[in-house]
Amino acid sequence: MPEEGMEDSKGGEERPKWNNKAEYLLTCIGFAVGVGNVWRFPYLCQIYGGGAFLIPYLIALVFQGLPLLYLELAIGQRLRMGSIGVWNSISPYLGGVGVASMLVSFCVSLFYNTIVAWVLWYLFNSFQEPLPWSQCPLNHNNTGYVEECVESTPVNYFWYRQTLNITPNMETSGSLQWWMVVSLATAWSIVYICFVRGIETIGKAVYVTATFPYLVLTIFLVRALTLPGAYEGLIYLFTPDWEILKNPQVWLDAATQIFFSLSVAFGGLISFSSYNSQKNNCEKDAVLVGVINSATSIYASIPIFAILGFKAHTNYVTCLNGNILALTNEFDISDMNITVENYEQWFDSLNGTHPSRVSDLKLKTCDLQTFLDQSASGTGLAFIVFTEAVISMPGSQVWAVLFFIMLFSLGLSSMFGNLEGILTPLHDLKLVPKWMPNELFTAIICLLLFLMALIFCLGSGNYWLEIFNSYVGSVPFLIIAFFEIIAVAYIYGIGRFSDDLEFMTGHRPNIFWKVCWLVISPLMLFVVLVAYVAVQAQTPPTYAAWNPDYVNFPNTEVLPYPDWVFAICVLLSSVPVISIPLVAIYRLICCMSGRHSKDSLHNNPNPYANEDYVVELLL
Amino acid sequence: MPSLTVPPGAPPILQSLTVPPGAPPILQSLAVTLERMLVRILVLLYLAGAPALAQTLCQPNASNGYRVRISIKTALGNQAYEWNENEMFLFRATMAFAMRRYYKTETYNVDNIIVCNQTRRVSFWFVVISPENPTMLIPKADVEKAVSMSRHRINNAFLLTDRTLEFLGIYPTLAEPVNPDTPPWLIVFGVVIGAVFAGIIALLVSSLLQKRRKEKGMMEDGQDEEDRQMKGVENGINLDGIYNRGFTDDDRFTKL
Repeated sequence: MPEEGMEDSKGGEERPKWNNKAEYLLTCIGFAVGVGNVWRFPYLCQIYGGGAFLIPYLIALVFQGLPLLYLELAIGQRLRMGSIGVWNSISPYLGGVGVASMLVSFCVSLFYNTIVAWVLWYLFNSFQEPLPWSQCPLNHNNTGYVEECVESTPVNYFWYRQTLNITPNMETSGSLQWWMVVSLATAWSIVYICFVRGIETIGKAVYVTATFPYLVLTIFLVRALTLPGAYEGLIYLFTPDWEILKNPQVWLDAATQIFFSLSVAFGGLISFSSYNSQKNNCEKDAVLVGVINSATSIYASIPIFAILGFKAHTNYVTCLNGNILALTNEFDISDMNITVENYEQWFDSLNGTHPSRVSDLKLKTCDLQTFLDQSASGTGLAFIVFTEAVISMPGSQVWAVLFFIMLFSLGLSSMFGNLEGILTPLHDLKLVPKWMPNELFTAIICLLLFLMALIFCLGSGNYWLEIFNSYVGSVPFLIIAFFEIIAVAYIYGIGRFSDDLEFMTGHRPNIFWKVCWLVISPLMLFVVLVAYVAVQAQTPPTYAAWNPDYVNFPNTEVLPYPDWVFAICVLLSSVPVISIPLVAIYRLICCMSGRHSKDSLHNNPNPYANEDYVVELLL
Repeated sequence: MPSLTVPPGAPPILQSLTVPPGAPPILQSLAVTLERMLVRILVLLYLAGAPALAQTLCQPNASNGYRVRISIKTALGNQAYEWNENEMFLFRATMAFAMRRYYKTETYNVDNIIVCNQTRRVSFWFVVISPENPTMLIPKADVEKAVSMSRHRINNAFLLTDRTLEFLGIYPTLAEPVNPDTPPWLIVFGVVIGAVFAGIIALLVSSLLQKRRKEKGMMEDGQDEEDRQMKGVENGINLDGIYNRGFTDDDRFTKL
């Protein structure tokens, strides 16, 4: 690496640095460990055959996740710049990768903080007795409960009506929901206060936000294991179904899950490691962060599934009790003679003696397995399934508050990385005017993001969020990561990179890393990218709408995306990525026209063009 | 002459049993015993017939009756009490109380509540008869209003709830939702946002003060700063300009 090309520190102003190693590690871990570890991984584990899913997951971690992580941390630490500066340094033609990273971080920050705002809303509402999602509200003239609530469930009603106030379809935008705007403002204010002094304040904040979730998960683990039905839930989760490994979809989902879970290609990790001193062992850091991230996913799935098992058990018992009551009332049997245990015998005997009366009762079939199968991921898990489980636990308010504070910490620490992926490149590009203090610049960016995110506070906001999540938060990352690894392994050169690593960590990377960077990881990424795009292309572009007037309400109505919405989806996927070829072409044109390119790194200074020497003709 | 006092509600046949004054004593004593027997028989018949009469009033699916269903074990679990005649008596007394409360009279009594068709479930039918006219049933609507009015007291008498002491056909009034003036979530939000803004202002002010202090400190050793700049590129930072390889240290040549 030529000496002149390296910019160790900015002119005049020292680059900020971490107070200690722990802050740096906690920030990276907090960024990697997000809400997805809690609400995406357990769901995948469940639908893909429990314990068997761990095999493709861990393989993807070792061969794809860890090499990418090590790569990002290393180049950030060596080149000491944000994502744009780093990729400009490696090759000016690939500067677009940094721009793409920044744009994608921008889009993700928009919708991710809206999820944090939802969590805050639920948190604020958890300080009530009874919990607002435990019962239906009365209708206008107090004669009965609100119809929409009665037809679905109080939990669904609270989420879709009282939180989102969702419109029946995407064309109807609805109006701004003021309570959502208020929650969103709170979320952005909290993000801003943690960012006010850059990594100085972030470093303090992560002591809480990165460690608190573990504390809450442990508390939930202990509580959940004492609940009835917990063991059924855990057995259901972890029973391996080895046959599932033959399904390629499982491998695809494992690879994408590991990839999105580690938050590579955001540019945030590069920024965080750029504040390190160069002589830091980033290999150990990368392995540590990667392993802790996966371990957290596995650890989180235990209480989640214990609680889901409890919920299934509660639903099963409620279903059975309904049947028992019906039988007891119909046949005038003594109260509590039929219990959950002897229900089967009673049912058989009654059905044998009075089959017509029994069939007239229209008893429901209660099967624990069916209830266990009702799982969800994402916002459905947190705001519908889990809130329903919490109602049945004694001391609901405490558990609700703990759960939502945990989700809030997870989301906030991930937001640090998202926002860092926007701010650091802008600083490094020197786009910040000199007179503007950092605090003001951060405030302006946060305000801008808040105003743009108001679109998610409309009535149709949830539909838009799903679009952003599926189209921005998926394919662009895969493409960026693919270019990252190609850039470092082939354009920068594995030899030069190994030299840098030797300078930083004290030893050259071993054969495993080299093979991964050169062959395995790019190949895996490419295969995953192609397969993912192929699968997405095959699924029709539809969305699930909550429409109270739908015939099969409370089932969601499956509607196709309108054309203009689909155009926006395509734009969202392609615009961030289009900067990669655009910047390359721009640089090519500049280079071919022979002019001085702005990037002086690879220009040999002309010894005869002395710009410093001004001839003053003193006549 | 002994005259038997004939009860006022007695049938006319008894009233016509007054012996004429000029009858012989044997006839008179015969009439007396006969009357006594008749009265006793009638009283017996009445006593026997009244329940029978009442039974015909109280029937399952009676038009003016309600069915009650009680689930004591569901409500109380281990502390469930046994349902027996005493409990039934309490029920009838509570119903009489409810009727009294509703009509604001004191004429209702335990006898006015008639129960029938009791099952092991524990469920039974009851009707309410008017205290003035034992053959007349209180209409269903009035009974419903009376029960609704005193539902809370009736439930509490048995340590049960609306769900475990059911009057089939009388729906419990929905509980009024507690509507606080300020929604609780706004209070929590207010606390959080207040703390956050206070924190932001504190941090900004302290940053400002720090910068001012640094500037003051810099002005004092501003001379050192200037010297450093004059010396040029010492620590590898290119402050301005590009390293000029073309400029060699040519002291030997004539200066320009």
